[in-house]
Amino acid sequence: MPFALEGVKVVDLSHHIAGPYCTKLLADYGAEVVKIERPDGGDPARRMSPFFHDDPHPEKSGLFLHLNTNKKSITLNLKTELGKKIIKDLVRDADIVVENFHPRVMPSLGLDYPVLEQINPRLVMTSISNFGHTGPYRDYKMSEIVAYAMGGVMHVTGMPEREPIKLALTVEQIFTGNVAAAATMGAFVGLQVHGIGQQLDLSMMEIQTGNQDRAISSLFSYQYSGESTFKRSRETWRTILPSGVYPTTDGYVQMSGGQASWWERVCRMIDRLDLIGDPHFTAPENFYGNADVKAEVDALMYEWLFQHTKQEVMEKAQEFGYLTGAINTMEDVFNDPHLAARGFFVEVDHPYTGPLKYPGANFKMSETEWKAGRAPLLGEHNREVYCDRLGYSAEELVRMREQGVI
Amino acid sequence: MAAPRLPLEGVRILDFTIVWAGPSGTVFLGDLGAELIRVESLQHPDVNTRGQVRIPKAALEGSAGGQFPHGDPGPRPWERSAGFQYSGRNKVSMTLDLERPSGIEIFLRLVQKSDVVFSNYAAGTLEKLKLTYPVLREANPKIIMVYFPGFGLSGPYKYFKGFGSNMEALAGLTALRGYTDMDVTANGAVFQADAAAGAMAAFLTLMALHYRNRTGKGQFIEMSQAETTLHHLSQAWFEYAMNRRVLGPMGNRDLYAAPQGVYQCQGDDNWVAITIENDEMWERFCGVIGRPELAHDPRFSDAVSRYRNQEELDPIIAAWTADQGHYQVMEILQGKGTTAGAVISHREIFDDPHLQARGFFKQLEVPGVGFFPHAGPVYKMSKTPLKEPRRAPTLGEHNEYVYKTILGYSDAEYEELVRDQHIGDTYVELLPKAKTGEVAR
Repeated sequence: MPFALEGVKVVDLSHHIAGPYCTKLLADYGAEVVKIERPDGGDPARRMSPFFHDDPHPEKSGLFLHLNTNKKSITLNLKTELGKKIIKDLVRDADIVVENFHPRVMPSLGLDYPVLEQINPRLVMTSISNFGHTGPYRDYKMSEIVAYAMGGVMHVTGMPEREPIKLALTVEQIFTGNVAAAATMGAFVGLQVHGIGQQLDLSMMEIQTGNQDRAISSLFSYQYSGESTFKRSRETWRTILPSGVYPTTDGYVQMSGGQASWWERVCRMIDRLDLIGDPHFTAPENFYGNADVKAEVDALMYEWLFQHTKQEVMEKAQEFGYLTGAINTMEDVFNDPHLAARGFFVEVDHPYTGPLKYPGANFKMSETEWKAGRAPLLGEHNREVYCDRLGYSAEELVRMREQGVI
Repeated sequence: MAAPRLPLEGVRILDFTIVWAGPSGTVFLGDLGAELIRVESLQHPDVNTRGQVRIPKAALEGSAGGQFPHGDPGPRPWERSAGFQYSGRNKVSMTLDLERPSGIEIFLRLVQKSDVVFSNYAAGTLEKLKLTYPVLREANPKIIMVYFPGFGLSGPYKYFKGFGSNMEALAGLTALRGYTDMDVTANGAVFQADAAAGAMAAFLTLMALHYRNRTGKGQFIEMSQAETTLHHLSQAWFEYAMNRRVLGPMGNRDLYAAPQGVYQCQGDDNWVAITIENDEMWERFCGVIGRPELAHDPRFSDAVSRYRNQEELDPIIAAWTADQGHYQVMEILQGKGTTAGAVISHREIFDDPHLQARGFFKQLEVPGVGFFPHAGPVYKMSKTPLKEPRRAPTLGEHNEYVYKTILGYSDAEYEELVRDQHIGDTYVELLPKAKTGEVAR
């Protein structure tokens, strides 16, 4: 099958996490992504854990290997005159440029959008930055936790008596890359149809502020009444329905409460059909947050939960339509029968790690393909891009290396 | 000069979505200029998207009150619930009853006039309605269908249902977050999976549109929301794949830099997040907090020691932040090139000077209530700045437009569909009984 993005050429000036996830998505669907890396060590993600067998080698970072699948890597020093010339040559022939430098960097290199637009008016340039290219925080520094803090959602995440708490790992940066990929494709479709090239200015803070995860509904509820629908709390739904994290014999499950009609599902799940329709539970004044009745329901739940594993609880709950997920560790995930049945795990070979399990495509397209390729070695495609495409000779390549250009 | 054309102008998308993930996905596409037609029903109130139809008094006490202006759900609560004001933006609303063949016929006529059908209903829902891809393709061979139930359309969990919180539990996110001194029961539900799935489905839609523009071929895309979340857990995935090591929660610590934490500030429930990324930043930070000697204290002077001993630093940092404002701490530290951010509450964020300077919030109307600031599009385009978003539609608000202008129904046919309760602006269960009886006849 063909690739959806076959023939699309991307110059990837991004590094670290958000930008590379954006261009990974483009590369995985068939775009040709040429990743520009610094000659001295390349993308900083190459120095970030985890590492294969804990060996901190620049070709063995799991983070880098995941975020850079299917790309080509060339090394280039953007501060040299030749470096700038080469970028311009690549841009002349490209459809998309993605960069996530600080907003000062591209103008200082003489490679900002107004310059690149002169070279190639049919160009989408995606600029991802911490706070966007304008505004008083433009030059502020950001980290994963600062992004989450300033976006507004962190304030309602955690326990009421404790400090607000972040999500795991670097999920918000990867999410930012995902949003950037959607925006990039949107602008690219517009370019193809209407002929308008342009620059996108994406601010990680704004992506957090407009995050569907509780942000947008909380924003409105604060405006409405100074009160959020979400607070730092164990429970999201203030009804007697099981809601939140519950223990089982071998771990935990996440259950979600909801409407009054779901009480029947609970009764069926724990096999207490006698309680269906019992007004002690279903009368609105009891159902919505009567703490004593809630304690009774939890007691019934615990009795049942402590006879089952998390997998059994999930399967039983789901059988009756009660929204439940087992709380899995990564080991559980690797052994999950559903992911295996869907073919989510793909094996990707790499000269420095051998074959490893990677997360595969999270979807299936009926007409187009997804690529399970590997990340490039640092400068792996120098010869192909500089000699075969741009016409530099092998001797000139050596000279470029001597001069610290590549 | 005519306004520059938005990227997706001329693209029509049927928004057949519920809860958060689906509606947020189409919001992305609407911000790019696509026309979004929200397919709703008078027979099945969509309580997870628009909110409850009838709100018992007991439900309003506690959190549900915040969903409504001054806690007042009004006579038509589904038109004012907080969640829908965002997830309905730029959408038009039409109604039909898909449980009758006449409703299916209307839907398929709409498919003929559309480019994309976008849905996140649970697996099984569309099959039950016989609205599968082969059926849609027969109505419109170029249609693109994007369908993303929680766990995909194959495998043993195909029919499982979940909110984002349940899916991300399964994908491993829940076990990776939380306080390190409490067990996982202290993890309140979050819904990152919804945000991720919406953005990913929007991306896939755009790729399919590009492919169709190029080749003339539509296609069917099925996506699993749980698997989308797994893409976001790179480090945990590869720590296991490479070293068979299972990562757990790290609280507010960073994988890479130390110290990092959230520290209490002056006032009620005010906090600041701080990350010290390297030795230079550490030295500057020590100067700012008036403890320059710590920069050369062997417990903290290098990255490894700082990481190892960061618990000892918490009370020292907290003592400095305690009697200052959270914004103040951010400004002081950022002024010295140090990574820090106020933990901004949703009460404060509308007044944030940066977001204001960037024009992030737009005033949008909630009919009958007033105008409220609304989180704007999350990307700015240099040549085709996104239009002012349109407020969320009331139920069936655009029935005339959809039925008459797009589908070409006559006035008489339209009136008949009103009598048949395909078309309307009020849920059937709220109509006076006698009227329902007439229809049943």
